[in-house]
Amino acid sequence: MRVVVDLSRCEGYAQCAFLAPDAFRMHGEEALMYDPAPDDDQRDRVLRAAAACPVQAILVDRLEGREAPVEASRS
Amino acid sequence: MTSADNLQAFKREGRIVIVGASLAGLRAAETLREEGFTGSLTMIGDELGEPYDRPPLSKQVLTGWVAADGTTLPRRRDVDAEWLLGVPASGLDLATNHVRLADGRDIPFDRVLISTGVRARPWFVESEAALDGVFVLRTREHAEGLQRALAAGPSRVLVIGAGFTGSEIASICRERGIEVTVAELAPAPLVGALGAMIGDVAADMQRAHGVDLRCGVKVTRLEGDAQGRFCRAHFDDGSTVDADVAVVALGGIRNTEWLRGSGLAAGVWGIACDTGCRALDLNGLVTDDVFAAGDVARCPNPVYEYRLISLEHWANAVEQAEVAAHNMVNGQADRWPHLTLPVFWSIQFGVNIKSVGVPTFADEVIVSQGSVSDHRFVAVYGYRGRVTAAVSFDNAKWLDHYRKLIETAAPFPPPCPTPDQPADTKPVPVDFPGPQLLAQGATVVVTGHDPGERRVTAAQQHHR
Repeated sequence: MRVVVDLSRCEGYAQCAFLAPDAFRMHGEEALMYDPAPDDDQRDRVLRAAAACPVQAILVDRLEGREAPVEASRS
Repeated sequence: MTSADNLQAFKREGRIVIVGASLAGLRAAETLREEGFTGSLTMIGDELGEPYDRPPLSKQVLTGWVAADGTTLPRRRDVDAEWLLGVPASGLDLATNHVRLADGRDIPFDRVLISTGVRARPWFVESEAALDGVFVLRTREHAEGLQRALAAGPSRVLVIGAGFTGSEIASICRERGIEVTVAELAPAPLVGALGAMIGDVAADMQRAHGVDLRCGVKVTRLEGDAQGRFCRAHFDDGSTVDADVAVVALGGIRNTEWLRGSGLAAGVWGIACDTGCRALDLNGLVTDDVFAAGDVARCPNPVYEYRLISLEHWANAVEQAEVAAHNMVNGQADRWPHLTLPVFWSIQFGVNIKSVGVPTFADEVIVSQGSVSDHRFVAVYGYRGRVTAAVSFDNAKWLDHYRKLIETAAPFPPPCPTPDQPADTKPVPVDFPGPQLLAQGATVVVTGHDPGERRVTAAQQHHR
C-alpha cells in the first residue's frame, strides 16, 4: 500500500506512531518518519492511524484495484 | 455560442496536457477529474515510472529504512490519462498550441499546465562531477546511489552546501555513524533561507552532533584517484578534506529552458503567473490557456506586497496544482486565487523545523517563545513593524497561531502566547546575505510607440 503524510500539516501528536508503530516512527520529540510503502498486512493499522490523526495529515492510496501501471512512452 | 457553452464543451471534450508528472502534475490531474473534466488528459514527464514523493529521499531512504523505489505517491482517484514518460518536453508553441517533445513528437492541447519543477544544480566542473562517489540528490536514482554509498561505510562524507537538503544529509550521516564534513560558503547553515539567528542555532546543532562544519569556505576542486574515484576536496583557504563520498547540495535549477522562445515570462527565476496560476507572457499579459504550478511557478503574494515568489515547498506544489486545475476548467467568475501562506518543514538532528510565511521577507527577528539553547522555540520575523513569518524548532503546534498573525498583519514584535517567555526578547536584525526575492537576470527590451504596438522581448537571461 502507499502512504504519504502532509508534514506541513503534521503537528507531531504521535497518534499514528502509537497505532501503527511499524509504519510511523517519531524522530526526536516531534518529527515524524514514516514508511511510504508499508506491507499490506499493516493495512488495518495504517488506516486506523490515518483516521485517528488529529490534523488529518495521512493520505492512503484510494485505488484498491489500481488503474493499469503507467505506460512508458514509445522510445 | 456563449463562453459558458464553450466552457462546458471544453470540460466535456477538450484536450489538457500537463508537462511535469511529479507531485504537482499528479495532484492537478486528479483535481481536473474531480472537477468533472472528461476530455483527454496527457501527462508528460522526463522520468520513467509513476509519480513519487521526494521529501523521503533525503530522510527515510538515506537511513536505509525505506527503499528508494518505495515512495510512489498514493492516488486520490483514477486520472484516466495518457502518460508519455521518459521524454522531456523541448518546446512550447503557443501559436498552434503544441508541446514539442525531445523525440520530435508534437502534442496538441487546448490548455496546458506547466509543472516541470527543478533539477539538482550539478557540480560546476563536469569532469569532477563525473567522479565515482560524487552525488547530487533530487531523484530516486540519486537517492538509491547515495544510500548504497553510505551503506558501504565510507571513511568520511563531504556535503557541499548547508541548506535544508545538505543539512538533512549530514544529519543522516551522523545517525548512521559516518564521519561528515559540511562545507558552506555562507557564515552558517540555513542562513540564506532563515537568516543569521537561526543559522547560529543550526551550526550549534550540527557541531553538537559531531559534524565537522566549515563555514565561509568554498570548495574549489574535487580530486579523483587513478581509478576515477573521488578522494579529496580542496578549499579556497588552502585546506583539504579526504573523503570517499561528496554530495553536492547547492540547490536547484528551474526547468524552464524548454520554454525559451515560447513568449512566456519564463527564465531562471521561474514562470511568472497571476495568483490563479495563469502564466504571464513576456509583455506581462495574462494568458488564457497556459497555467503553471509547483516549484517552477512564480506567483504574486498579496501578503508580501504582491511580490512574485517561487517556492520549492511540498504543500505549495499541492495547493497550486489544485488552484491551477480548478481554474483550468472554470470561468472567470468562479476562479480561485492561491493565497495560502507558504509552509515548510525539515527534519534534522532529531529536531522538527517548520516555518510559515516568508522568512526572507523581514528586517527583524525575535525569539517569541521557548528556549533557543534547548532547540525548542519559535522565532518570529517582522518587516516594517508587522509579522511576516515564523520558524519553529520542535514547536509545530504553535505555527497556526503565527499564521493568523501573519494573515492579519499583526504588529511586530507580537506578545509571547505562552508562559515560557524567553528571557531575552529583543528583536535583532534578520541579517540575510542578499536579497532573495528579486528576479535576477530578467532583462528585456521594450519596443514600439503606440499602445497597440508596444511589446517586450527578452534581451538576456543570464545565470549568475
